[in-house]
Amino acid sequence: MLEVSGLSASLSGRPILHDITLKAAPGTVTAIVGPNGSGKTTLLRALTGDLPYQGAARLNGLEVQGTPARRMAAIRAVLSQATELAFPFTVDEVVRLGLTAGVQGAGVPRGGPDLPARALERVGLAGYGGRDVQRLSGGEQARVHLARVLVQVWEPVTDQGPRWLFLDEPVAALDIGHQLTVMGLARAYADAGGGVVAVMHDLNLSAMFADHIALLLDGRMLAQGAPAEVLTDAHLSRAYGCAVRVNAAPARGPWLVPQAMAV
Amino acid sequence: MVALPWQKDDAVPGDRASRAALTFRGLAVLLVAVSVLSLGTGAAGLSLVGMARDLIGGEGLSPRDRVILMDIRLPRLAMGLLIGAALAMSGALMQGLFRNPLADPGIVGVGAGAGLGAVLAIVLGGLLPVSVAAVVGIHLVPVAAFLGGWASTLLLYRVATKGGQTSVATMLLAGIALGALAGALTGILVYLADDTQLRDLTFWNMGSLAGASWAKLAASLPLILPVLLLSPLLARGLNALALGEAQAAHLGIHVEAVKRLAILGVAAAAGAAVAVAGGIGFVGIVVPHLLRLATGPDHRYLLPNAALLGASLLVGADMIARVIVSPAELPIGIITATIGAPVFLWILLKRRGLGGL
Repeated sequence: MLEVSGLSASLSGRPILHDITLKAAPGTVTAIVGPNGSGKTTLLRALTGDLPYQGAARLNGLEVQGTPARRMAAIRAVLSQATELAFPFTVDEVVRLGLTAGVQGAGVPRGGPDLPARALERVGLAGYGGRDVQRLSGGEQARVHLARVLVQVWEPVTDQGPRWLFLDEPVAALDIGHQLTVMGLARAYADAGGGVVAVMHDLNLSAMFADHIALLLDGRMLAQGAPAEVLTDAHLSRAYGCAVRVNAAPARGPWLVPQAMAV
Repeated sequence: MVALPWQKDDAVPGDRASRAALTFRGLAVLLVAVSVLSLGTGAAGLSLVGMARDLIGGEGLSPRDRVILMDIRLPRLAMGLLIGAALAMSGALMQGLFRNPLADPGIVGVGAGAGLGAVLAIVLGGLLPVSVAAVVGIHLVPVAAFLGGWASTLLLYRVATKGGQTSVATMLLAGIALGALAGALTGILVYLADDTQLRDLTFWNMGSLAGASWAKLAASLPLILPVLLLSPLLARGLNALALGEAQAAHLGIHVEAVKRLAILGVAAAAGAAVAVAGGIGFVGIVVPHLLRLATGPDHRYLLPNAALLGASLLVGADMIARVIVSPAELPIGIITATIGAPVFLWILLKRRGLGGL
C-alpha cells in the first residue's frame, strides 16, 4: 500500500506541492496527471526519496524519507524521465545494474540467470544485449532502462509483500506501438499483484490502462478516483485551461473522429 | 571495441566479464615481464641471467650487484609500480565520481592542490618543533599532499556538480582556476623558502622516480595501499552512479557514502603519488580509457585492471626515461605527457562527435 497524507514539498525554497493526499493499492495502476508545472514529477520525486517533504508517505508501511536506499530498492524500482549514461555500457550491462540492486533485502531474484535477456524481450529489445546504449535511439534507450527497472523488481509479489514500479512519463519517447507495449507491461505487473504509480502526459492512455487517476493542478490534488470520475469535461477544462470534451467510443461498429467537419 | 587476439566472443552478448578476466590475467603477465625487464635495464650493466646463476649456485650476489639491485633498481621498480597503480586508480575513481572520462587529478587541479600541500609541508615543516617533526617524520609531506588533494577534490566537486549532475565544462574550467590558484600559492611559498628548502623543492618538482628509496616507499605505501585494495568495493556504487545520483539511490546505493569514499580515495592515491614523485600527468586518463575500449566501463573490472596497467605503463615509461638519453635521464613526466596528451585530445574529439560535452 502507498499511503500519502498531508504531503508538501518545495524546490529551492519555492513551495510546489501542497497537502497532497493519495492512496494507491497494490494490484492497481495509478496515473498522476495534470498540466505542465502542476507538480506531477515533483510528487513522484518526493515519493521515491529524491526530494525532502513534509507530511507522510508510506510504502508498504515504510516512511519513504529516512528509510535506507537499500531497503527501498528491494521493494520498488523507479524509471526516471531521461537517463544520460556517462560511459559506453552495453545494454546487457545496464540491465544487470537492476539485477544487483533488488537482490539484497528481498531474497534472491527468482527469474534465473537469463533474467536480463527475458526482460529485454518483454520491452521489445530481444537480441539488443551486446549493443552500446549510447548509440541507441531515445525510445530504445528508454526501453533499456525500463528493462533494468523490471529486473530490479521482477517478481510483483514476494513473501515480503507487493513490490512497486514508479514510472515518470514511461511512454514520452515512444511510438504508439511501443506506448501500448509499455502500458501493457505496467498493466500486467499490477494484474500480477504489484503496484504501479505512473506520471502520465497522455490522458487517453491513462484512461485506457489506469484504475485510479490523480489529477494535479498547481501542486494541489484537484480530483482523484476512477478514470470516469476524474476525466470529466469540468475537471479537465479547469485543469488544462482550455475546453476539453470527453468522449466514449461505442462498444462496436466503426468509429471515426470527424475532424474533417471543422475544416 | 578493440578485439585483442586472445579475446573470444562473449558468452552472453554484452556481458564482458570473461573478457575482463582474461584481460586481468594478460595484464598480470605484462606486469611481471615489464618488471623483470626494468630490473635489467639501466646505466650500469647488470646481467639478470648471471645474477640468477649466482643465486641458484648458492654463491650469493657480488657486492656491486647487490647495491645496484637492492638500493637502486628494486626500490625504483617498487615505486614505479606503486605510483603507476595509484595514478591510474585515482584517475579511474575520479572519472567514475565525476561521470566523465576527462576527469583526471593532474588535469583538474587536484594534483596542483596536492602539490601545494607538499610544498607547504616542505617549507613550513622546518618551523615545526623538533619533537613534533620526529613523530611525523617522513609522513609529513605525503599527508600534507593528501590533505591538499582532498580539499581541492571536495571544492571541485562542490563547484562542478549541481543536483547530482556534473557539468564537464564547469569541471574543466574550475579545474584550471583551482590549478592556477594552487600554483600561485605554491609560487609564494617557493619565494619564501630558504636555500636548503629550495633544493628539496626543485628535487621534488622534477616529477621523477629518480629519488626512489625504500624510505619514500614507506612514506607513500600507507596512503596508496588501502586505496588499491579497497576501491574495488566502490565499483558497484560507481557503476550505478553512471546513471546519475538519483537513479543510483533508486538502485539502493548509499550515494553520499560512495562519493565521500571516492573523493578520499582520489585524494589519497593522487596526493601520495604527487608527494613522492611530483607531477606525473596523463597516466590517470590514458589507462582507464584504453581499458574502457577493451573491456567496457564496468568499474568491477576497470579498477583492478587500471592498477595493473598503470603500474606496467609507468615502469615502462621509466625505463624509456632512463635509457633514451643514457647515462642521464629524462623526467618521466615528459614521457607520460607525450603519450597522454594526444590521447586526451583524441577523447575530446570523439566526444565532440557524440554531441557536445
